[in-house]
Amino acid sequence: MQTIKTTNLVKRYKDLTAVNKLCLEIEQGELFSLLGVNGAGKTTTLKMLSCLTKPTDGDAIVGGFSITKEAEQVKRLIGVSPQETAVAPNLTVKENLELFCGIHGFTKEKTQMKIKELSGLFSLDDVLQRKVGRLSGGLKRRVSIAMALISEPKILFLDEPTLGLDVIARHDLWDTIRSLKGSVTIILTTHYMEEAAALSDRIGIMKHGRLLALGTVEELKKKAGSDDFEAAFVSIVKEETV
Amino acid sequence: MRMMTFAKRCTKEILRDPINLGFGLGFPLVLLLLLSAIQANIPVNLFEIDTLTPGITVFGLSFMTLFSATLIAKDRETALLQRLYTTPLTASDFIMGYMLPLLPIALGQTVICYLFAVPLGLTVSVNIIYAVIGMIPMAVFNISLGLLCGSIFSVKQVGGICGALLTNLSAWFSGVWFDLELVGGLFGKIAYALPFVHAAEMEKALFNGRFELAGAHILPILLYSLLISAVAVFAFLRQMKKQ
Repeated sequence: MQTIKTTNLVKRYKDLTAVNKLCLEIEQGELFSLLGVNGAGKTTTLKMLSCLTKPTDGDAIVGGFSITKEAEQVKRLIGVSPQETAVAPNLTVKENLELFCGIHGFTKEKTQMKIKELSGLFSLDDVLQRKVGRLSGGLKRRVSIAMALISEPKILFLDEPTLGLDVIARHDLWDTIRSLKGSVTIILTTHYMEEAAALSDRIGIMKHGRLLALGTVEELKKKAGSDDFEAAFVSIVKEETV
Repeated sequence: MRMMTFAKRCTKEILRDPINLGFGLGFPLVLLLLLSAIQANIPVNLFEIDTLTPGITVFGLSFMTLFSATLIAKDRETALLQRLYTTPLTASDFIMGYMLPLLPIALGQTVICYLFAVPLGLTVSVNIIYAVIGMIPMAVFNISLGLLCGSIFSVKQVGGICGALLTNLSAWFSGVWFDLELVGGLFGKIAYALPFVHAAEMEKALFNGRFELAGAHILPILLYSLLISAVAVFAFLRQMKKQ
């Protein structure tokens, strides 16, 4: 069953076409990665799908609702963890989680239950009372993703979730993301080939706003005629093989 | 409910910033102390505590602009605001959530200034209560100005514009440091075209129980508050749409 379907999605900024007639279908429970070099249109696609910016043309159906006509309904289904660690720095981890519980209208009991559940899932129990601004980059990312999951979203958007993290923090976060697979549809953007290969069910490769290739890691390697995924990516992007 | 949750968060962010507390509360109190000490050592009545304190409370409000502008600009730069736009919070939740917490902080700052001035010789009367309540329109002006600046400037720009420029504008054009009648001319005309001197004069009048005189100054303050509030809401909605 499709959770996301984009139809000729376009985003233009004056002379620049950031996303160009994107057609994409993502299945329920799938972990789908958008891969591409800088300026490929990954973040813009995520921004349109999460109703942060309106498409110039085309439309997308997210969880059964149109992003152009039913943004409010879409917002109730999604969770977003932006590229930057978007947290309230002077608030503790617990207060950040409480903030998002309050915004989503949770009762006191549900808030306590949710915090317990997410702090367990993201191993945040020991830092619940610490101010987020004083945490390491890896912990901040975990808090950021935990905040995105508070609303019990059906669809989770992760924009470069491991950007700037060290190897250990990155692998820890991968484990957490893997644990979410199946229950939530995850759309992830990344620059890291190994991240996309390790986590994704399917990968879409973008360049200059266009979708160049789409498939599983094995399908993309086969398409590029390479045994190495990074080499396959470079080949697809350079040759623009579709 | 959602708006109150967001407002609570904004209150915590502001009150937990030591620089905010240091400047917003500490600086006006240091000025009161310093100028009172100067007054004690000069033969003319330049900084009498009964006229100085209402003026300092008006000057202190300029820090509310800095607080709200810094908070909003920071939220924009760290993408927290962008993330919150993907939640069910509405535009009015954001605007009220940013503005409401600062009103009690502004009034609290005013009360602390008056209490601090009592041991320095301030005349204690019921009029202090009226003077505190009379601060509300000017507080709204300053908070709205913060919403406006935070919606259009970066954190760095806010520091310069609200932290340095506005606090100086408020100080020079409020007539707290010197009698504007003595300067007169273009400077005086500009000062009376702005709300700062009207707020300072209204505060002094309320503190002295001269309510008719206070009434004469309230109109420009109300007009400025309404105008800046409307522009601030427009600017906030515009940047919200841009995000």
